[in-house]
Amino acid sequence: MLGKDRDIHIEAAGTKKMPTASTKAAATGRRSTVTDSKVKVIEKKVRTANQETIAADCIEAIVIGTSAGGVQALLRILSPLPRQLRMPIVIVLHMPEKRDSLLEKVFQEHMAPPVRMARDKEPIDPGTVYFAGPGYHLSIERDRHFSLSSEEPANYSRPAIDFLMTSAADAYGAALLGILLTGSNEDGARGLASVHDAGGITVVEDPATAEFATMPQAARELREPDYILSLDQIQSLIHRLETHDAG
Amino acid sequence: MSTISDIDIELPLLLQAIYLKYSYDFRDYSGASQKRRILHALRQLNCASVSELQARVLRDPDMFMQLLQYLTIPTTEMFRDPAYFLSLRQHVVPLLRTYPSLKIWIAGCSSGEELYSMAIVLREEGLLERSIIYATDINPVSLDKARRGIFPLDRMRDYSVNYQVAGGKNSLSEYFTAAYDGALFDRQLCENVSFADHSLATDSVFAETHFISCRNVLIYFNHELQNRALGLFHESLCHRGFLGLGSREALEFSKFGGAFEPVDKAQRIYRKKK
Repeated sequence: MLGKDRDIHIEAAGTKKMPTASTKAAATGRRSTVTDSKVKVIEKKVRTANQETIAADCIEAIVIGTSAGGVQALLRILSPLPRQLRMPIVIVLHMPEKRDSLLEKVFQEHMAPPVRMARDKEPIDPGTVYFAGPGYHLSIERDRHFSLSSEEPANYSRPAIDFLMTSAADAYGAALLGILLTGSNEDGARGLASVHDAGGITVVEDPATAEFATMPQAARELREPDYILSLDQIQSLIHRLETHDAG
Repeated sequence: MSTISDIDIELPLLLQAIYLKYSYDFRDYSGASQKRRILHALRQLNCASVSELQARVLRDPDMFMQLLQYLTIPTTEMFRDPAYFLSLRQHVVPLLRTYPSLKIWIAGCSSGEELYSMAIVLREEGLLERSIIYATDINPVSLDKARRGIFPLDRMRDYSVNYQVAGGKNSLSEYFTAAYDGALFDRQLCENVSFADHSLATDSVFAETHFISCRNVLIYFNHELQNRALGLFHESLCHRGFLGLGSREALEFSKFGGAFEPVDKAQRIYRKKK
């Protein structure tokens, strides 16, 4: 398993600029230019280990997309999180449109940090886990607040993972970690590609072990992700990023 | 060279051009959804870039009218969020009944589904005859559809379910005539309806109203434009007038959070404070 990851890394490191700590640049909605020397340093770090090397202070937000099998997968990766988070986690989990969402309640019962449904024009709080509610698309605006919209469903989905991830890539640029988990349609593949194209880091749940492989597999086929990880590895990655002492 | 993408340079220029040429102001719309819709329009209108679209839009008003159909969101249905209409019947209608005459503003009426839903509620509550309804939108194509009041027949099954859940007192089919694949709604529902081209971004208040329903419009606006629109509503509403918003819209992140009190918070029905 480790060997497999390492291969992916090396391949990824050769083609990809790793993000720099760019709080200031990202806050203005622009991406910072990564200097050559910094890239070399980071690439060197990447070559030496697995996902442990994603530098926590480079990432300012995590977006996650999933559909079928998503509740269990999310509970597995999120429930060990501590109360205090370093960065927001924003999640699209496909749901029937007209059902009142119980996500907030269900997930809050199993985890320590605050869990909320994202509201229109709400500024994004770094310490919170947000879910997109049913029936509306969720986007992140460049000045780091949420917006909702009721355009037609995309990939039969509203909220669509593609829309959240593409807008988040515009807002956070390289400072974004995008994760796609189990699911039975192809929503999220294009969104995750946008995260990659904006310089962010992309993670796909290993289709070989995902409960439903279609979603992670579609993402792999569109744009090879930076990391293909098991749920346990994703769990430890998120935990490490969220608890890293920026000190 | 700057790292800003071409499209992020071109988008604000397009919006500025539209404003200068056609006086439609999309500059303060929420960015993410607007960008998606313009990218979608590019593909549909066979433009290679936003700059090309801009050049064509500037020189061809028909092209602008086509683009306008992408810039506005036509998603709507009759008795959308039935609980909203039920709550209106329960909490707002009894108070509206105390006025001898009513002015009601459906802001952003789109193709009219919301308007006809409201007119049916008012008719069943005995208020339609004493009401003047202003149905406004920025999209003339949508306003035309609203005037015609013909909706797809295949949607009527869903709309009937909504209507019943919304507290409907009859059968929805009593209000329309089926012809071919369309449902033509009773013209009498629109006898006192005034259709008008009105922009929440550029126009001002035109009447004093008792109740304003503006649903799933404000979500497309940024903070500033939301505040402008809510300012118009606040100014237009009479003393203790009512405001209804979309199911996921709220006043809490706007300047007007303190100017209204909730009547039914879950259904986003508010009342102007004393």
